[in-house]
Amino acid sequence: MKVSIFSTCLVDLMTPDVGIAMVEVLERLGCEIDFPASQVCCGQPTYNSGYLKDSKLAMQNMMLAFEHSDYVVGPSGSCIAMFHEYPKIFKGDPQWELKAVALKEKSYEFTQFIVKVLGVTDVGASLEGTATYHRSCHMTRLLGEKETPYQLLEQVKGLQLEPLKNSDNCCGFGGTFSVKMPEISEQMVDEKCGCIKDTGADILISADMGCLLNIGGRLSRKGEPVRIMHIAEVLNQHQSVVSRGGSRT
Amino acid sequence: MSLQTDKRDFSERTLDGLGDSFMRNAVGSAQDSLKTRRLSAATTLGDWEQWRNVGQLIRQHTLQNLDYYLEQLADNVEKQGGHVYFAATKEEASSYIRDVVVRKQATKVVKSKSMVTEEIELNRVLIEAGCELIETDLGEYILQMDDWDPPSHIVAPALHKDRRQIQRVFSEKLGYTGDETPENLAGFARTVLRQKFLEAEVGITGCNFAIANLGAINLVTNEGNGDLTAAIPKTHIAVMGMERIVPTLEEMEVLDNLLCRSAVGQKLTSYITVMGPSAAGETDGPEEFHLVVVDNGRSDILGSEFNEALQCIRCGACLNVCPIYRHIGGHAYGSIYPGPIGAVITPLLGGYDDYKELPFASSLCGACTDVCPVKIPLHEQLIMHRQNIVQQRRTGAGDRLQMKAASRLLSSPALFGRSLRFAHSASRLMSKRGRIVRGPALIHGWIHARDLKQPVKQQDSFRAWMEKRKGGAEQ
Ligand code: SF4
Repeated sequence: MKVSIFSTCLVDLMTPDVGIAMVEVLERLGCEIDFPASQVCCGQPTYNSGYLKDSKLAMQNMMLAFEHSDYVVGPSGSCIAMFHEYPKIFKGDPQWELKAVALKEKSYEFTQFIVKVLGVTDVGASLEGTATYHRSCHMTRLLGEKETPYQLLEQVKGLQLEPLKNSDNCCGFGGTFSVKMPEISEQMVDEKCGCIKDTGADILISADMGCLLNIGGRLSRKGEPVRIMHIAEVLNQHQSVVSRGGSRT
Repeated sequence: MSLQTDKRDFSERTLDGLGDSFMRNAVGSAQDSLKTRRLSAATTLGDWEQWRNVGQLIRQHTLQNLDYYLEQLADNVEKQGGHVYFAATKEEASSYIRDVVVRKQATKVVKSKSMVTEEIELNRVLIEAGCELIETDLGEYILQMDDWDPPSHIVAPALHKDRRQIQRVFSEKLGYTGDETPENLAGFARTVLRQKFLEAEVGITGCNFAIANLGAINLVTNEGNGDLTAAIPKTHIAVMGMERIVPTLEEMEVLDNLLCRSAVGQKLTSYITVMGPSAAGETDGPEEFHLVVVDNGRSDILGSEFNEALQCIRCGACLNVCPIYRHIGGHAYGSIYPGPIGAVITPLLGGYDDYKELPFASSLCGACTDVCPVKIPLHEQLIMHRQNIVQQRRTGAGDRLQMKAASRLLSSPALFGRSLRFAHSASRLMSKRGRIVRGPALIHGWIHARDLKQPVKQQDSFRAWMEKRKGGAEQ
């Protein structure tokens, strides 16, 4: 199966390991990977700030970048949810509406793709430790994907999952919200950190890098020794290294 | 009180809210318990999503045919001897009501909780006309006794206070000497209010829904004060926003089911009443009935891109799940309508001049949209507001520049590639031990509370890794 990776600008720039882990897991599951290099960003930061006209440029760029892909898979529920908004945004635009629908229909968040398209829940990962999972708002509510990360994490050998109190509450990231309303955002992320600490977990897992940068940045500022992992990195932990090419070891 | 409750700017009000740990505890724990109660009440209905769909349909249908139903309502109220007044502005609404009160030579007026009467500044107008006015909803009564402290929630107006504060208000203002148990506080208020019900010449209520084919109104309360307000005084004036209407009792039943569960997590509240003008020969109920239908900006919203906001049934569920409301509280919104729905309708009713920050006070987490029983896409409406605000060039020049620059960067592979090359070295100038410690406004907002690692070197970026592999595979 041919899969185009949508790395997201955040992963590209800040946490390439997450993209690499995603590629390695998908390859282990038999996917053939490509990376359309003209991709940049889904347009969410400017769109959510109200700059519709400008953000359409980013969106159009993405529709063209993935025009010839069969599947588009990204490590961020939030950015994939943004793709799913395109048809609404370009509704009635003869040049772009169909492209928007096409992109929506072939794009999947990483865990969603593994469970729903590949039909796999056990990817053969194992990781010793106690973890808690942060569900991102955009992935659960806008993309509507609640279950697949848990289904995959339940199969990770050695990993104990602790429930997170008020897991539905936003962590305060919200893209530019976090920098435009820093005082409110700080209180939100603080409350989230408190709930994470209460679980006693040593690892915080999420399927969204934005949330992880936010929560991780706050945990680090507070000196909390919780390890931050994207779910792709968790699923890429495995004993028998059968990665096909590209392993960085 | 008018729409606007506080003239200070949003950031000042926010800091006030954030600093009020007492209020934040009260709101936080109310949210936590309402959330579980709402969920369990919702499940008793069966397929909640299906109910929401029906609720949405009913509201959409009614709004599409609003003229028709309003006319039908007015006809039916008048046929039964009631009076209907359509008020285009808040001034028209409150002066009509004042005139009725003056004509009745009423010196005492009892009132049950109603947001739209706040919107039209009815209390001020009546007090200026020389009336003694008593709020009969316990929460509203507490706020009135506390020198008209503004409401902070559309269903539970005194949510920001706890029993100790209430005890203090009652003992300072009313000579209450009892303890702080809710039963005793409520019992005391009940005794005071009972006397007022008997003395008042006019009773003013809101209206949860008007029922078009009956010419009646539906009141939903937990304390029964609305029914007493409507039934005991000789004159009853009901005030409604012009969109709060249903075709028949059947639709009312659906919406009441959604309303009670969403608002307080109960299957139905204690008192659900349908009332209108009393029929000839009836011995109880008021002798005179007025229905005031308030437009006050609503017809401008009707048919606009914000049309769906008029579907709102004022259940407050969106407030009860909102993480922003949780931390800043209702007063920070500076409007009688706080929370997500407040951030949507306040700028529509009050304009962007005073309220352009509200649509940005959201992380767009979508919790409000998810919970709304009539499926208003609240977070999308907030984005629409932001688009309008940007289009009207009401965002700061700095913001505009940053966003334009960002969008150019994020839509051009060539530019992005080049900036990857510079990001790491530029950030080195701002970093200490791999962490960014200073930077322009946007970065500053972030590192104020959080650590931020430097971006990776270009050759370590994900796309460079992919390129390398591809190159390797081709060799
Ligand atoms: S917007 Fe929806 S959830 Fe909020 S008060 Fe109105 S009906 Fe209730």
